[in-house]
Amino acid sequence: MGTEFKESIAKAVNNANLTGALGKFSEAYKVNRAKAYEGIDFEALRGRIADLKGYAAAHLDELSDLFQKNAEAAGATVFRASDPAKVREYILKVARDNGVTSVIKSKSMATEEIHLNQYLEKAGIEVGETDLGEWIIQLAGQTPSHMVMPAIHMTKEEVSDLFSKEVNERLTSDIPRLVKVAREKLRPTFLAADMGISGGNIAVAETGSIVLMTNEGNARLVTSLPKIHIALVGIEKLIEKYADVATILKALPRSATAQLLTSYVSIITGPTPNSDGSMKAMHIILMDNRRSEMAADPKFKQALQCIRCASCLNVCPIFRLVGGHVFGKVYTGGIGTILTAWFDELKKSEDIQGLCIQCGACTDVCPGKIDIPELIMEIRRRLVQDQGLPLLQKAIYAVVNNRSLFHGMLRAAFVAGKPFTSGKFVRHLPLFLADLTDGRSLPAIAAEPFRDRFKKINQPRLKEKAAFYAGCLIDFAYPEMGEALVRILNKGGIEVIFPEDQTCCGAPARYNGAYEVAASNAVDNIKALLREEVTYVVSACPTCTVALDHEFISTFESLGQTEWLPQAKILAAKTVDLSTLVKKLVDEGRLTLKEGQQLGTITYHDSCHLKRTLKVFEQPRELLQKAGYELSEMFECDTCCGMGGSYSMKLPEISAPILQRKLHNIKQTGAKTVAMDCPGCVMQIRGGFDQDGASIAVRHTVELLAEQVE
Amino acid sequence: MLYEQFKVRAEGVSAEVYRYATKIEALDYLIRFLRKEGLAETPEASALWAEGSFLDGMERNQLAAIAGLKFDVTRESAATARFGISQMEWALADTGSLAQNSTAIAQRLVSSLSTIHIALVPTSGILPDMPTLLAKVHPRDCAYLAMITGPSRTADIERVLTIGVHGPERLIIIFVDEWGGNN
Ligand code: SF4
Ligand code: SF4
Repeated sequence: MGTEFKESIAKAVNNANLTGALGKFSEAYKVNRAKAYEGIDFEALRGRIADLKGYAAAHLDELSDLFQKNAEAAGATVFRASDPAKVREYILKVARDNGVTSVIKSKSMATEEIHLNQYLEKAGIEVGETDLGEWIIQLAGQTPSHMVMPAIHMTKEEVSDLFSKEVNERLTSDIPRLVKVAREKLRPTFLAADMGISGGNIAVAETGSIVLMTNEGNARLVTSLPKIHIALVGIEKLIEKYADVATILKALPRSATAQLLTSYVSIITGPTPNSDGSMKAMHIILMDNRRSEMAADPKFKQALQCIRCASCLNVCPIFRLVGGHVFGKVYTGGIGTILTAWFDELKKSEDIQGLCIQCGACTDVCPGKIDIPELIMEIRRRLVQDQGLPLLQKAIYAVVNNRSLFHGMLRAAFVAGKPFTSGKFVRHLPLFLADLTDGRSLPAIAAEPFRDRFKKINQPRLKEKAAFYAGCLIDFAYPEMGEALVRILNKGGIEVIFPEDQTCCGAPARYNGAYEVAASNAVDNIKALLREEVTYVVSACPTCTVALDHEFISTFESLGQTEWLPQAKILAAKTVDLSTLVKKLVDEGRLTLKEGQQLGTITYHDSCHLKRTLKVFEQPRELLQKAGYELSEMFECDTCCGMGGSYSMKLPEISAPILQRKLHNIKQTGAKTVAMDCPGCVMQIRGGFDQDGASIAVRHTVELLAEQVE
Repeated sequence: MLYEQFKVRAEGVSAEVYRYATKIEALDYLIRFLRKEGLAETPEASALWAEGSFLDGMERNQLAAIAGLKFDVTRESAATARFGISQMEWALADTGSLAQNSTAIAQRLVSSLSTIHIALVPTSGILPDMPTLLAKVHPRDCAYLAMITGPSRTADIERVLTIGVHGPERLIIIFVDEWGGNN
């Protein structure tokens, strides 16, 4: 990561206005969004949107042709171009041919994508943004920090300073008054403009219509007052059927601003009369700019299902800390990273792709059903493919990829780390792990890893067998979690085997784009775990479970490797997370928890992978309550703790405030114990409380349950 | 049923909703409302009425005699007028929205430039939702289909909801049960 980029992050996280505004907004957003969707089957709705947008993405040429035919039949002029330069030239030509000196615009991402304003201004044409937020940004000479709320990073005092200069009058920071000033100031601009430029939220092929939505009413004026209207539409806005407009409009305002509908929606089909009786000149530009290429890419075509609601930004724990400016000038947040990589260039996404912690919160709410983290991983993979890994990472993976060397080093780290260990924590770590101790303590490497302790456990001989996949953290830092797991499963009638040759699950490599390394880890693990016949392969680390259950397969598929696919699928079918397996044993009556215990209040932290990828969140809660704990839910229980594997090492300035927020939410419940199903989260949160000083026990569910089995 | 749902939704987004049995009663309320809000002859206090079937069979001379009430909609008159009166053909119960074939520019000028927009709507035009509207109104017969939900709003300064940016700051909706004619 470049220093400039690191500096922009530091600037953002230290900007209290920005983080305050974004933080408050994201909290209110979640509540309001849920209310707006009351009584609506969101899964069904987004299924329909994904289908109809997916269909459109697969038929871009056909729908562009159809749109052109119908819009032209209605009297509009349609111009199609792929190259942004051609689009700019066309707009300038229309302006020049008609003696246009001033243009008014309603908000359009596509015009920002091609940097239209600067271009027209250079050519001597005045360009006025009319969306209030965009206008503020234009006056301030800045770039938008949010797709839907461009000026969210600015305070009313800053706005009043800007406006005061504009109207030559000292204004107070009274917001209604400021809004009125904008209205009065922009009115003459609207009336004088020769040309209106808009985007298009939807373009309907079967009728040649474009759909525009605003809350302020500016798009109505932009499309009504000037005698020329140009609509610049990216071809990903095409849909086939007119009736489907209602489907998209059911989701878009609800997801964008938690409204049932924006104040104004216009469906425009061809030109309409001007007030002097003449006909308006209407130009619609269908812009490709790599969208067709994207549609032809088997991985990235789904990104065209985006309806630009920005809800993925609103729920993103990273975005709400750093805002849009860190991401660049046009498209921001997770989806913005993907669009930047395509519409701009892959290289431009090099820094920003690293901002994603892979928590999956965005995918949960995306009305286009886009797997944003998966696509960001694919960007990582392609970047690594193009440019190779940074040297240091290469060195690390060379080690991780060699099991005996890796494990040897971890053991050595115990010895090397000893002088730095106080109690259960390492204060300073040697080598590449040095940055890890910022804001939180790290677990000491266990004196005796689980693989050694396992040999000393006396298990009964049982008919049913499960292979335990420990993962690096349980094996080398928290062996007691592994012992607890064996105890529980034995009680439930399952004998545990520990395949010695298991190695790193490959997640760290994969999350850094080193898919070749991840694939070789996958092969080693498949061989190790399928060697002996077992009913289950069980893991108490969600990241590992996801690797075994999904990612081995998708890593092979991404690389086009087929040799180990069938075995990967067999392994996936046997893989289960600890809580799900224990719940099953309890339900089947094979395992009983002590009756009538009163163990006090706990709160539960959902690990990203368990909740969103594996969809497991009820099982641990039910088990813990059955065991006798009283559950007190924390605010944002399923928001990421900031660990994200090596993320916390690469971007501690982001990870640390996310952790602080989590610690705060845990403390607010008053519970003395917080439970979770992931050793990575335990490491992050336990380490955080160690430095924080609060006496709250951070426990893995497996340990808490092991104490309560009969 | 649909009316009640509409009223709740529309008031939820700060529209003001009234209902009268006849056009005469509605007109009576309208005139009283305009006067109360300061209707006068000056351009800034005037009301602009965009033609529509509501006016069919009305005593036009009497209306034209009311000081400040005008029917000649131009860009200039609309930009200064305080009140804009238009007729919206449909209402959507589930979102509290109004809808109109706005192909004629006068309809758009009075509803987008005025400070207070007054919409006259036949009660029979209330539809359950947008799919029903789109099934009814095809772009081939309607170059500019406009939907309006509450007054103009923004949250662009510190996310504080503020009414009346570029469009009207108030939306008054008057339903009429016995509209007559085709509606
Ligand atoms: S996965 Fe999480 S961090 Fe990544 S873009 Fe989505 S919400 Fe943001
Ligand atoms: S990716 Fe999904 S959530 Fe994000 S803007 Fe697009 S549709 Fe909305």
